[in-house]
Amino acid sequence: MVVDKTETVPVGSGDSIVRVRQEVRKWALALGFSLVDQTKIITAASEIARNTIDYGGGGELRLEHVRSGVHRGLRLVFTDKGPGIADIARAMSDGYTSGSGLGLGLGGAKRLCNEFDIRSAPGEGTTIAMVRWK
Amino acid sequence: MEQIPILLVHDCLLVSIQVDMHDRLAMQLQDDLTNKIVKTRAKGVMIDISALEIVDSFIGRMLNNIAAMSRVLDAVTVVVGMQPAVAITLVELGLGLTGVRTALNVDKGLALIRRLIDGTGEATVGRRQD
Repeated sequence: MVVDKTETVPVGSGDSIVRVRQEVRKWALALGFSLVDQTKIITAASEIARNTIDYGGGGELRLEHVRSGVHRGLRLVFTDKGPGIADIARAMSDGYTSGSGLGLGLGGAKRLCNEFDIRSAPGEGTTIAMVRWK
Repeated sequence: MEQIPILLVHDCLLVSIQVDMHDRLAMQLQDDLTNKIVKTRAKGVMIDISALEIVDSFIGRMLNNIAAMSRVLDAVTVVVGMQPAVAITLVELGLGLTGVRTALNVDKGLALIRRLIDGTGEATVGRRQD
């Protein structure tokens, strides 16, 4: 996977979720994503940004235009230095939440993109990478 | 302070969400609507989301909560104008909005609310008996 362009934005306060959505929309539009594809990746980003704030104590999002052969896509990498996730499989399952949400964030976001990778360990923070191909 | 306007028309509260909602604004709308239902004794609530480009689980939960709160306050809530791309995404996300009544547009939404309030629809079930 080749990275053509990259930018990092902070994910800190509740308002920054709106900023994340706007940035992701801008980057998806630049790739010529269809409206449905745009909506899916923006929604996935919104879910993960909220997790980064609520559970990770804030962090950052790296946006990347990526290429693999003839395919172009948008890669989003959310990183936080929070407490991390002890049981990733459980956190991914629908309906499970350690907070007050619906427990749809991680599993839902995974369904909304083509590639989803989560790395986390207790005390190590969490990194979530998502790719939506055009 | 930023606030989403709530209009009272006859016995219905009308809300049109025209901004990209941050979470605090969503929570505030939920509180404002609940208070306004009691204050105005409104029987119906219509929420127009045609300008919303995404509905994530937080906004979805807000819509569910508003519908549930209005129900216990003897009012019906109808969400109107969801964009097709938003509907596709919501279902894939895993959020069916099962507790929320919907209509395609404002016109159909008002007609549905009228039917529900007048008790000619099936929604008389669970309504308070005065």
